[in-house]
Amino acid sequence: MGGNQRTASEKADFKRELTEVVPHLRAFARGLCGRADMADDLVQETLLKAWAAQERFQPGTSMRAWTFVILRNAYLTDMRRNRFRGEYDETVAERILTAPAGQEEPIHLSDMHRALLTLPPERREALLLVGAGGFSYEEAATICDCAVGTIKSRVGRARAALNAMLSDGSIPKRSIDDDAAHRAILEELDDVAAGNGIAARS
Amino acid sequence: MNSDKSQTTGQQGAKVAKPADSDPQWANGLRRLYDSVVDEPLPDSFKDLLEKLDTKD
Repeated sequence: MGGNQRTASEKADFKRELTEVVPHLRAFARGLCGRADMADDLVQETLLKAWAAQERFQPGTSMRAWTFVILRNAYLTDMRRNRFRGEYDETVAERILTAPAGQEEPIHLSDMHRALLTLPPERREALLLVGAGGFSYEEAATICDCAVGTIKSRVGRARAALNAMLSDGSIPKRSIDDDAAHRAILEELDDVAAGNGIAARS
Repeated sequence: MNSDKSQTTGQQGAKVAKPADSDPQWANGLRRLYDSVVDEPLPDSFKDLLEKLDTKD
C-alpha cells in the first residue's frame, strides 16, 4: 500500500470497474432518497469522490461495496444539509408498478417504496443492501461500518415495519415531509454518522 | 393459532433457506425496485462524467 501512484493500466481498470458499478449506485441511491434526479446527483458526486480517492481502493476488492460506502456517506452529509427529504417519486413507482407475469396479486410497488421511505435511514439502508442489493450481512456491516448483529437487527426491524405497514395498509402518507418525523430522522442520523446507530448494541 | 409458526419450519420444497424471512410479497418487490433501476439505460450525463474523469488529473 506504499506506492501512491497508480499506473495507467491500473487507472484504466479502476475506471472500468467504476463504470460497471454505476447502475448499482443509481439503484441504491434511488432507494435511499426516493427521487430519481436527486439520486443521480448523489451518484455523480459519488463518482467524483471515488475517482479522487482511487488510490485508497484496493484492487481485487469489491468496487460496489467500496463505492456504496462513499455514496452512503455523501447521502448522510446531504441529508443533514436538508437536501434530501426522502421524497417519493411518483413516476418511478408508477412505471415499475406493472406486475410480473404469473403473480396472482400485483405487488403495489408504489406502496412499498413509500413505506420504505418512511423507515429510519439506518434501517432503510440496511434493508436495501441486504434485501435488494444482495449483500451479505457481513458485507452490509462493513459498508455501514457497524457490527454484523447491528445489521441483522436493523434488517429485522425494517422487515417487521414493512410487514406491518403493508399488511394493514397503514402507510404513513408522507411522513418524511412532516417536520417532526424529519427531525427525528436527523437525530438518528447523528448516531448513524457517528458510527453508532441506535441498534449498535444488539 | 399456534400452528402458524410451526408450519414454516417443516415444510419441504417451498421455502428452505433464509432463516428470519418468510419472504413476504414485498421482499420480491424490493429487489425488483432495485433491479429496475440497475436495468435502466445510463443517462448521457453519466457517460459524459465518466469520460471527463480521465482528463481530471
